[in-house]
This record gives sequence, C-alpha cells and structure tokens, in this order.
Amino acid sequence: MSETTEVAATAQTGAVVSGASASLWGDAWRDLCRRVTFWVAVVILAFMGLLAAFPSLFTSAGPNGGCDVRQAKLRPKSWNPFAGGDHPFGTDTHGCDYWAQIVHGTRAPIIVGLLVTGIALVLAITLGSLSGYYGRLLDALLSRITDVFFGLPLLLGALVILTAFPSHGVLTESFVLGLLWWPTMTRLMRGQVLSVRDADYVQAARLLGARDPRIVVRHILPNAVAPVFVYGMLNVGVVIGYEATLDYLGVGLQYPTVSWGLQLSQAQEIFTDFPYLLIYPALFLTATVLSFLLLGDAVRDALDPKLR
Amino acid sequence: MSPLLEVEDLHVEFRARGSAVKAVNGLSYTLEEGETLAILGESGSGKSVAAQAVMGILDTPPARITGGAVRFRGTELLGMPEKKRRAYRGAQIAMIFQDALSSLNPVHRVGDQIAEMLIVHRGTSRREARRRAVELMDRVRIPSAADRVNDFPHQFSGGMRQRVMIAMALALEPDVLIADEPTTALDVTVQAQIMKLLSELQDEMAMGLILITHDLGVVADVADRIALMYAGRVVEEADVEDLYARPAHPYAEGLLLSVPRIDVRDRELTPIKGAPPNLAAIPAGCPFHPRCPRARDRCSTEVPELRLVRTGEGASDRSGARSEAPSPSPSPAGGHRSACHFAEEVVSDGR
Amino acid sequence: MVPVLIGTTLLIYLAVFALPGDPIRALGGDKPMPPAVYASLRHHYHLDQPLIVQYGHYLWGLVHGDFGETLNGQSVGDVMKTDWAVTARLGVTAWIFELVVGIALGVWAGRRKGGVVDTLVLSGTTLVIAVPTFVLAYCAQLIFGLKLGWFPTAGTDDGWPYSYLLPGIVLGSASLAYIARLTRTSLVENFRADYVRTAVAKGLTRRRVLVRHTLRNSLIPVVTYLGVDLGHLMAGAIVIEGIFNLPGIGGQIFTAIQIKDGPTVVGIATLLVLVYLFANLVVDLLYGVLDPRIRYE
Repeated sequence: MSETTEVAATAQTGAVVSGASASLWGDAWRDLCRRVTFWVAVVILAFMGLLAAFPSLFTSAGPNGGCDVRQAKLRPKSWNPFAGGDHPFGTDTHGCDYWAQIVHGTRAPIIVGLLVTGIALVLAITLGSLSGYYGRLLDALLSRITDVFFGLPLLLGALVILTAFPSHGVLTESFVLGLLWWPTMTRLMRGQVLSVRDADYVQAARLLGARDPRIVVRHILPNAVAPVFVYGMLNVGVVIGYEATLDYLGVGLQYPTVSWGLQLSQAQEIFTDFPYLLIYPALFLTATVLSFLLLGDAVRDALDPKLR
Repeated sequence: MSPLLEVEDLHVEFRARGSAVKAVNGLSYTLEEGETLAILGESGSGKSVAAQAVMGILDTPPARITGGAVRFRGTELLGMPEKKRRAYRGAQIAMIFQDALSSLNPVHRVGDQIAEMLIVHRGTSRREARRRAVELMDRVRIPSAADRVNDFPHQFSGGMRQRVMIAMALALEPDVLIADEPTTALDVTVQAQIMKLLSELQDEMAMGLILITHDLGVVADVADRIALMYAGRVVEEADVEDLYARPAHPYAEGLLLSVPRIDVRDRELTPIKGAPPNLAAIPAGCPFHPRCPRARDRCSTEVPELRLVRTGEGASDRSGARSEAPSPSPSPAGGHRSACHFAEEVVSDGR
Repeated sequence: MVPVLIGTTLLIYLAVFALPGDPIRALGGDKPMPPAVYASLRHHYHLDQPLIVQYGHYLWGLVHGDFGETLNGQSVGDVMKTDWAVTARLGVTAWIFELVVGIALGVWAGRRKGGVVDTLVLSGTTLVIAVPTFVLAYCAQLIFGLKLGWFPTAGTDDGWPYSYLLPGIVLGSASLAYIARLTRTSLVENFRADYVRTAVAKGLTRRRVLVRHTLRNSLIPVVTYLGVDLGHLMAGAIVIEGIFNLPGIGGQIFTAIQIKDGPTVVGIATLLVLVYLFANLVVDLLYGVLDPRIRYE
C-alpha cells in the first residue's frame, strides 16, 4: 500500500478516536457547564456571597441597627417580599428589620464555613501527604492521633470545648471547629496518597531520578487531591449547618454578632405564633447549605471517570 | 436437521448520548452438535457483545438488538418472553467469562454458587445440590473438592477459579457452552490445562462449544471451525486447517502473517497497518478496506457478502471479474466462506 | 481501643478542666464563698492538684465503674441511670426508622436508576441533609405535632412508642438520607459488576439476582456507616431532647455544660465515647462477617 493510502488509513481509523482535548479538568469543566444543578448552586452562592461581602447594597440598616422595640414582632405584610413596605420580612423580637438581620447574618456562617474547611484542607493536604508518602513512624503517630479524634463525636466535642472558651468570635469558632474537622479530611487524603503512591507513574518518576518533593508535588498531589477537594466543597455546607446548630445551642457566636443560627435561636420560643421568624432564616440557611452540597455533588460527578 | 445453534444476520447497537455505536453488524454463524467453533477477533470486533446477545443478557438499554435471529435447535430465542428464555439460560446454553475473580460472587461460598444452579433450575434440595457441587468440582479436577467446597472465590488461584466457573456452567449439562476468553487472564501453562479440560469435557458431554478468543495459538489446538470477526461481522469462516493453510480474506492473511515465529529466521514482524475502526463511524463498503493491502475502488463502496469461496479452477483474474465456473459447493453449514470481493485472489496468492 | 479511649477521655478532660472558668465559684452563685469552704470543695473534687493527677483519679474511678460525682454531690452514674432509658428509646426508634426506610428507599431508587423515583429520592435526601436537624425538628413539631396533631409535640407522657415517634423520625432523618444514598450508589455500582452478569447468565430470576447477589454485597458499606452514624445520633439527641422535652442524657449533658458542671460533663461524655467505640468495634467485626475477603486476610 502506498504511503498516502497508509496515512489515509490511519487518519480515518485513528482520528475519530482522539477527538477533542481530553484532559481530566477540561472534560470535567465541560461536563459541569452542562448541569443545571451546577448553575443553580452557583447563582445562589453568588447571591449569598454578595450579601456577605456588600451588605450595604441590600439594606440601609447596620447589624442590630435601627431597631425600634415598639415595632417588635411585626408580621410581614405578605409572602411576597417585593410587595413594598418598610419591613418586607417583618421585624424580630427587638424590633429590628428582619430582612436587614438576615442580610447581616450571612457573613458569619459563610466565613466560618470557608475558614474551617480551609484550615482542615491545608492541614489535611500537608499532613495527609507526608503521612501517606513517608509512612512508618510519622504515619503511625498521625493515625493514632486521628483515631483519638474519631472517638469523639463532633458535636459533643465542639459543645464541650466551646463552652469552656472565654470568647466566642468567628475566629474562635472557626479555630475550634477546624481543630475537630481536620482528622476526617486527613484520613481521606492519606488514603488517596497511599493508593497513588504505588502507581506505576510514580515509580517511573522515581527511577528517572526525581526527588521526593518533586514527586509529591508534581505527581502524587494532582492525582490524589480531587476527592479531597470535592469533599471539601461538600464540607463547607456541612460546617455551616453545624455552625448554625452551635449558635442555636448558645455556644457558638453570640450577640452582638448576627447570624442565621442566632436568629433561629431567638425564634424558638415564639415561632408557633410567629412562624415567619423561623421560616426566613431557615430558608436562607437551607439554600446556602444546599447549594454547597449541590456544587460538591456536581463537581464529584463531573470528575468521576466511571460516569462518563 | 437444524444446527444446534444458529445466528443469522444479528445486529446490535449501543445508544449513548445521541450517537449509535454498531457493535454487531450482520453477524451469522452456525454451531453443530459436538462442534467447537472458535470466534476470533480483536478487541472491539463485537465478539463478546454478540455472545451476550445470544445469551440474552445484554443491558437493554443502552444496548438494543436491532435485527437478526438466534435459533437454538430451530427455536427462535430473540423476542421470546423473558420467563421462557430464562429456562434456556444456564440449562441449555451456558456461558463462562474471562476473569473468574470478578465473575464469581465474592461473598458466597463456591459450593453454594454451583449448587444454586441446581436449586433454582431443577428444584434440587440444598443437601443434594451441595453433594452434586462436590462431584462437579471433582470433575473439573479441583483437588480436595470436598474440603474446598466451602471456600470463597478469593481463596483459589486463577486457574482453579476458572475451573469453578466451568463446574458452575456445566452443572445442568447444557447443550452449548459459550466460553468468552476463558484463558486470557491466565498463565500460559494454566491456559493449556484449562483448554485441555474444556476439550475433554466437551467430548464427555457431547456439547457444542463456542470459544471466543483473540489468541490464534489457542484456537489451533482446540477448534474445529473458526469464524473470524471484524467490525461486528464475520469476515471469514472455515475449518481450522483451511483457514490456517489457505486464508481467503486479507484480514486473516494479515493476522497469520503478524504472528511472530521462532522457526523462521530473519523475518520482520509484519503487523496489519492502521487501527481497528471506530464503531460509531464504520468505514463504508468493506469495513477492512482502509487497512487492506489489496483494497480497490469496489471495496470502498460495496459491502462484500459472506459467501462460499470458489476453489480450484475458475478463480478470478486480477481485474476482479467474477469467475464463471462454479465448483461443487460443500453443504451449507461448513465450507469455506469469506466476505471479501477478491477472496479467490487471496487464496491463490497464498498457494 | 484502650489507647483511643484514654486519648479521647483525656481530650475531653482537658477541654473541660484546663480552660478558664472556675466551676467551684460558680457553685456558690452570687454569694461569696468562705475560703475554707472553697478550699475544701476544691480538695474534694481534686481541683487543687495538678491536672494529670486529677485525670489519674478519674481514670482510677472509671475502672471501678465510678463515673465521678456531680458538683451537687450526686453520683454521676446514678444521674445517668434514670435518664439513660429515655435516650436509648429515642435512639432505637431513630435507628429502626432510618434503617428500614433508608434501605428501602435506596433499593427502590437504585433499581430504577435515572427514573422518577431515583430523582425524587436523590433530591429529597439532599434537601434533608441540607436542613439542620434542629430546624427540621421545629418544622416537624409545628406541622405534624401542632397543626396536624398526628403526634404528641413534647414530653414522654404518651410513653413508648408514641412519644418517641416524631422525635425519633426527625433524629433519624439525616442518617436516613445518608443510608438511602449509600444503598443506592452501592446498588448501582454492583449492578454493573461482573458477578451480577454471571448470575444473570446462570438463568436466575431477577429477584434472586437482586436479593441474593446484588443486595447482600451492596449492604456492606451501609453496615460500616452505621458505626459513625451512632455518633451522629448521639449528637443529634442533645438537640432533639431539648426541643421535644425528653428527659434523656442528651439534655442532661447540655445542662451540665451550661452550668459548668465539669464532672457531669466528663462523666456523660465518657459514657457516650465508650458506647461509640464499642459500637464501632462491633461494626468492624460485623464487616468481617459480611465480607469474607476481609476475614481471611
């Protein structure tokens, strides 16, 4: 067969197979863009992000500001918040505009969620990689420590520690929760590193003379980190949920900080008569947590090669 | 008399995200009583899909059988209600698979998995079925069968596991056994043992055996006839000796040439050019034509039918004109068939 | 397990006693306490000794089954005894509910993957996980207790099981969501497994393939989850008991935390940790029973 026909042969049979660019992240991004839940989550989170970063765009009152006790517990005029009026969401027990409180209550939970996940991720990636890669003593030590933390149910631990802490700011809460959260993620990262460590391409890199730091950073990390990353995304939502629960129990953030969890805590006695006090913060809280969960789910499905 | 198993013009298609992949395109072959038919082909030739279609175990969706017929002793199987079909599955036509470790249930004991066949199909009591299981394990030459009947699949070696699968498949003495690459995952020595076992069992039980493989060496020892598949259809079908000695299709020719041979010195490896076709876009005309050293214009437009190869005098000349003198053809089942416009040319070149 | 137990209880102990806040002074309330009384109380509770010695005393007591004394002088063990039953009933209700309904939903969704049921189950479970338990509890109380009157809203007056149904369902709902999803994913994965293909090729009925082959293998991850789940249930009980006014040890530990009754907190927390570790041990063993590949390694 002449050369031109040979090239034609390979072209015809080979070309359709390779198709468009096939990197993992590129494919994942394309898959992600196609999912409705991804966009819904992104829109909601963008909105919440705006509320948290620029509250003054949405309400003129400051946090806990402009409260008139004589106007306490005013029900909203209608379920449609755009119907106008001074208090589209009504007022709370102190007479503060509920919508303003909700706007200001956005920042704390989101910051805590991101901070805790961030701390846990950094710890997990560093410790998990070192422990998984080097093994032996370091690994044994780390495993024992994480075992101890695993023996303690999280809410219980948070409850006990936070009660004893003198201050109750966003940073304290994040620090304590981060302290309790890192074991799970570290275990996950370690497991991932372990499964990647013995892969052939790592062996190949080692044989080619690459030194440890290079191997870890260039070969092991990119392949091991994806599930941990997804877990982190899902995690932000879970942390926000826990944060609200701790606020509700009274051991989390406290007045004068504003957060949805605190609003719910204030509402608990009287919500049977004033259900709106429960519903609005619950709605915003659920929407945020849900969006993080949907985001995490969408990213995980997009990255999972088995589902292609 | 109707053949034991007859597949006629089978078409199977997979639909995924809008595009259709034609895994099987007009596959036809027959299996006679006591015969061993080897179905040979590369990965992606559709041989496993076809076998699963015959068994009726394809996942539909995404697979769809879009045409053709499958007849067992004359009875049409496609389109039969599932309940009736199940009665055939395992009892009349059985199948064993490539990787015995993943094909056996890891949490059930081996003896239970074999006994299950008898319990479900024949209503045998559990005790009796277990006893039979030990017998079957003995028959496939698993040492200390009585002790090992309570073991789990992961406690066996690869070869032993495959024997367990064979025991399970033969529990009800089926008339047809389809073996889908039974030795591919095994060491060469174990391969030989398993093939020998299959061959002996087949003789003992007068079964028809369909052996699906991509290994020419395995086929040479065991098979009576070969059906060579490419892009979802049979491109050559012949008795083993005929195909090895006088291939009538360029693909078969290429395959035989590409086998490395220790006994011939200084011969370069001659692979077949190109790569297997993308089943979502099968080339027009003869699917092999892009890789065929003999391809001519006709090959890219006209799909060749699987037809008897005319032997002896009257072979076509180089211009491709059909010969005028038909030679006496052997019986419809059997004989040497090829799906190439220039089959006779291939045969004569090989002589 | 013992090192972990020691480590965890030490952690709790440190958290309660090493951080600022003086419980003895809090005992006295607003009235200033005479120094002699203060000193004797401190001595009684070993608070005048180094932390590690305190912990040593505590462990010694534990080994003898003594969970310590509350700041009111009662035995922590006694205090727990009465309320333990309430929490246990609540826990069992939640557990049965989440297992039965969770697995059923998971199987239903997994069998018809991509269908209406599947989508409903997936979205429903995501939603349940997203809403914090205490919010769910309030909504349930409002809708099913007050407005519809199907269940008693609070208290244990109606005894077992009626008083525990609504709280149990709410408590188990998040776990149910996890179990349903886990079952579904596991089932879907196992449907594609080679051995399922073999089972079908053997001519077994669809039902038998599902139950004897797919389901049995799919439940293994669910069983391993149950160990962790107990932790969630225990934590959730703290919240649920408060909202539904059930006098269990969840509510007790919460009150103890509020009034800084260190010994009670440590005592109850230790008990919970013990139960948790024990349950995980059982789960580990169970896993060996269910998956013979682990057993014979």
